[in-house]
Amino acid sequence: MFNTALTLSDLGFLAQGALMTLAVTAVSVAAGTVLGVIFGVVRNQLGAYWSAPLTFLLDVFRSVPLLIQLVLGNAFQSIAKLGWPPFTTSCVVLSLYTAAYCTEIVRGGIASVPPTTRRAARSLGMTWWQDMRYIVAPLATRVSLPSWIGLTLGVMKDSALVLWLGLIELLRASQVLVTRLQEPLLILMICGAIYFLISFPIARLGGYLEKRWSND
Amino acid sequence: MIEIQNVRKSFGSLEVLKGIDLTVEKGEVVTVIGGSGSGKSTLLTCINGLEPIDAGRIMVDGTEVHAKTTDLNKLRRKVGIVFQQWNAFPHLTVLENVMLAPRKVLGLSKDKAEEIAVKQLTHVGLGEKLSVYPTRMSGGQQQRMAIARALAMSPEYMLFDEVTSALDPQLVGEVLDTLRMLASEGTTMICVTHEMKFAREVSDRVAFFHKGVMAEIAPPEALFGAPKDPELQKFLAATH
Repeated sequence: MFNTALTLSDLGFLAQGALMTLAVTAVSVAAGTVLGVIFGVVRNQLGAYWSAPLTFLLDVFRSVPLLIQLVLGNAFQSIAKLGWPPFTTSCVVLSLYTAAYCTEIVRGGIASVPPTTRRAARSLGMTWWQDMRYIVAPLATRVSLPSWIGLTLGVMKDSALVLWLGLIELLRASQVLVTRLQEPLLILMICGAIYFLISFPIARLGGYLEKRWSND
Repeated sequence: MIEIQNVRKSFGSLEVLKGIDLTVEKGEVVTVIGGSGSGKSTLLTCINGLEPIDAGRIMVDGTEVHAKTTDLNKLRRKVGIVFQQWNAFPHLTVLENVMLAPRKVLGLSKDKAEEIAVKQLTHVGLGEKLSVYPTRMSGGQQQRMAIARALAMSPEYMLFDEVTSALDPQLVGEVLDTLRMLASEGTTMICVTHEMKFAREVSDRVAFFHKGVMAEIAPPEALFGAPKDPELQKFLAATH
């Protein structure tokens, strides 16, 4: 009954695709988070009025479908003669997309720290930076973590769209095999299982940190 | 010495301090009483520069608090403040709460900061709670922790802003006992409070605030025994 043309080297091909998915996700989430933290702090410091241009820009990245952003981003780099390979373009676009969401998460996290707690820190002689570093950052991180994990998992799955720029990531690799072997059910199940295997540790890491930080 | 000279402060169109003059000497305990919205808490937050002022000036040991050149972070090491809401740092244990500022602000070693923190926490009766997280303690214990946290910076002046107002009645006593102890040790203190009995006991002078004005200031016997200001008379009649 279990009769398939899928070979070991096909599985290796899928694994390569999975590595590409991981690489694009890792770079984009890392860069997007750094940018998101910077933008989030800036938005908090400047207030709604002065950060309006930044907010508007980030709203664009949050509302335009990622596929369109990727295609436009690729067109832009080609017009501007930047000569970026698809991997770079994909990571840049996905990073900005991640940053747009991450900014809101960071902003919400910072806003969740009671002003009275921060005032207490400052009243002890702490500088703005010390308050951010020792009080706001740890408290905001605890609040933001579940949303950030959700964002990371989302970006990991959304990264499949980079196949439109020609990158062979996990989904594209599966498509290639489906076309060749005509066994969509099996291959897509394997593909789904690999996505799950990548996501599961990230989700568990979130659960673990939440538990560890709950002061119990 | 804290010198408050003709300080004015408004929030929007509401003037909460209408020209306050008050001098507090080293070692003196001054309590400030008055109804809600009389400006007494605002004055405390102005003294350590947490709030700007609109006119007048506040000098702490000759340093003008609101001068542009004043390093407020440095000044605040001298002037400790404890708030109505104790504002524990919830992600740190009791010991870490108290150690943080001595380590990061004063740059003390971990051992030295811990020594100071343990000493202060023992002093306020929390020597057994060092590794507990503040959220696991009662409001009274958290407030005493906040007092120890401020004291760990060895401030020369302590400001207490209605530190018992948010506590359950049965927890007020333990915090007031801590304040009494500090007063008897010669700590220079300005306490904003609604606890009249406490004010009468510990104060060298009591100031009565009414609608942004310091309506009367006198030693407790005189202020409570023979109040002159009609508003103070009304206030005392209502609180007894």
